[in-house]
Amino acid sequence: MTTDADRTISEMPEGLWSQPQPVVPHLDGEPVQRIMVPATMVYDYTPGTAPTEFLNGLAHKKIYGARATPTSEIYVPSRGMDPVLGMPTTELVEVGPKGTITTFCVVHIGFGDNAPPTPFVSALVLPDGAAVSLYGTVLGIPHDEVRIGMRVQPVWAPPEEMTTSFENIRHWEPIDEPDVRAEQLKGHM
Amino acid sequence: MREVAIVSVAQSDHRRAVPELNEVEMIQPVIHAALDGIGKRIADIDFTCSGSTDYLAGQAFSFVMTLDAVGAWPPISESHVEMDGAWALYEAWLRIQAGHADTALVYGYSKASPGDLPRVLSRQLDPYYYAPLWPDSVAMAGLQARVMLDAGTITEAEMAAIAHRSRTAALDNPHAQIKGSPPVEELLAAEYLSDPLHLHDCPPISDGGCAVVLAAAERAREWASNPAWIAGIDHRVDSHNFGARDLGRAPSVAIAAEKAGVHEGPVDVAELCAPFTHQEKILCNELGLGDDVTVNPSGGALAANPIMAAGLIRLAEVAQRILDGDAGRGVAHATSGHLLQQNLICVLEGGS
Repeated sequence: MTTDADRTISEMPEGLWSQPQPVVPHLDGEPVQRIMVPATMVYDYTPGTAPTEFLNGLAHKKIYGARATPTSEIYVPSRGMDPVLGMPTTELVEVGPKGTITTFCVVHIGFGDNAPPTPFVSALVLPDGAAVSLYGTVLGIPHDEVRIGMRVQPVWAPPEEMTTSFENIRHWEPIDEPDVRAEQLKGHM
Repeated sequence: MREVAIVSVAQSDHRRAVPELNEVEMIQPVIHAALDGIGKRIADIDFTCSGSTDYLAGQAFSFVMTLDAVGAWPPISESHVEMDGAWALYEAWLRIQAGHADTALVYGYSKASPGDLPRVLSRQLDPYYYAPLWPDSVAMAGLQARVMLDAGTITEAEMAAIAHRSRTAALDNPHAQIKGSPPVEELLAAEYLSDPLHLHDCPPISDGGCAVVLAAAERAREWASNPAWIAGIDHRVDSHNFGARDLGRAPSVAIAAEKAGVHEGPVDVAELCAPFTHQEKILCNELGLGDDVTVNPSGGALAANPIMAAGLIRLAEVAQRILDGDAGRGVAHATSGHLLQQNLICVLEGGS
């Protein structure tokens, strides 16, 4: 059975994103269309000081941001630097776990093994207190009811599956709180 | 041509591995040391250019992440080369020549420790006829050394002497990773790593980086009392097909040296990026440097070899000596690729 993942994006579906057929010039001799060049390289992942704090926090259902000064923006996850100041984000600050949807997309063509059944909603979620949003999927609500400003919370992996991974947040789900007005999200969208 | 000078330099204390930091955390103090050294901030910089490659740490878009270290938001004017930072400096120098900038920040860095560097470097090779065979960088260098030994243009004793001299010089370099060396006789008695190369003939694997500030004309005179002026700079490439080269030579070095004007004045100091001992001999031959020239007083790439920064460090080492008033005119060399494939020569000089 051919799955979506087996097809190239330019061929699917029904002409969507399709391109004209390439013109292949005539070649003398048998054309070589494929060579096999297997390549694997193994790396140790060294996330660094700030991402290590973020990832360790996730293992305890905590979302950590970080900032460079007591008055500067809180970045989540921090890669270690405040990109405006160019200075290290040395202060760890817990944000969320509740957050607000700052934008979303209703996905009708899912890619990858872990994609939820379509249609589903992918979104940027601004954790409370943070200056930047996290990417995730929003489930537990019909896709046509999702909106910018909607309040959500993370749905965590079951305890036995918790690791130091961003995948600990399985998805986001709506909570019964009033929407945040778009004006209040300005600068964070 | 506009007058352009190196006005400030900084580099990390290079280490075999810096596992506790990611790349931006590692390079940020170096970048800020170069700026702080002249009391400047990123707002004083017109153009930023970096040299690095994602293959080293296996982190995609690492150069985009390291831009966070310079405060790149709101957006600044910047660029990147997948080459040694010396080529980033060349791009910055061109920008200044074109009148698009008066000042520039240049940096290069390597966090090679997360990967298996000799194998990672094989990815630089021809992807169809070399890379599938995974020739590691030491084995490649061995091919070159063998050619020279067979032709009698170098001896194993000379190679060991280069290693000994370089790492002894590194005792005075606070940034060096390998300081000091056993005597030459002891080096020669050791087993081969990849015959004809001993371990001492090879560079260390290093995590680290380097940053340099460039400024044009009057700005350079304002920012430094003794600017290291770029009197000439040129880069050339030899064939990518190693089978088509005389591996004991690097004509691209000789041509770049001529274009950069190496011989238009005395050379007080030369910093040459020769990761393997025998490559220093090739470079000295191609440059035609006299015996009176001090070569690699820093210890060179044999003392610390952060890929993508080792060449820029050579420029920084020469510039530092001019900025400090310890040298009047010097030659810096950077290389990219295997076996001195691509080479950059920069002549730096003091004076008003």
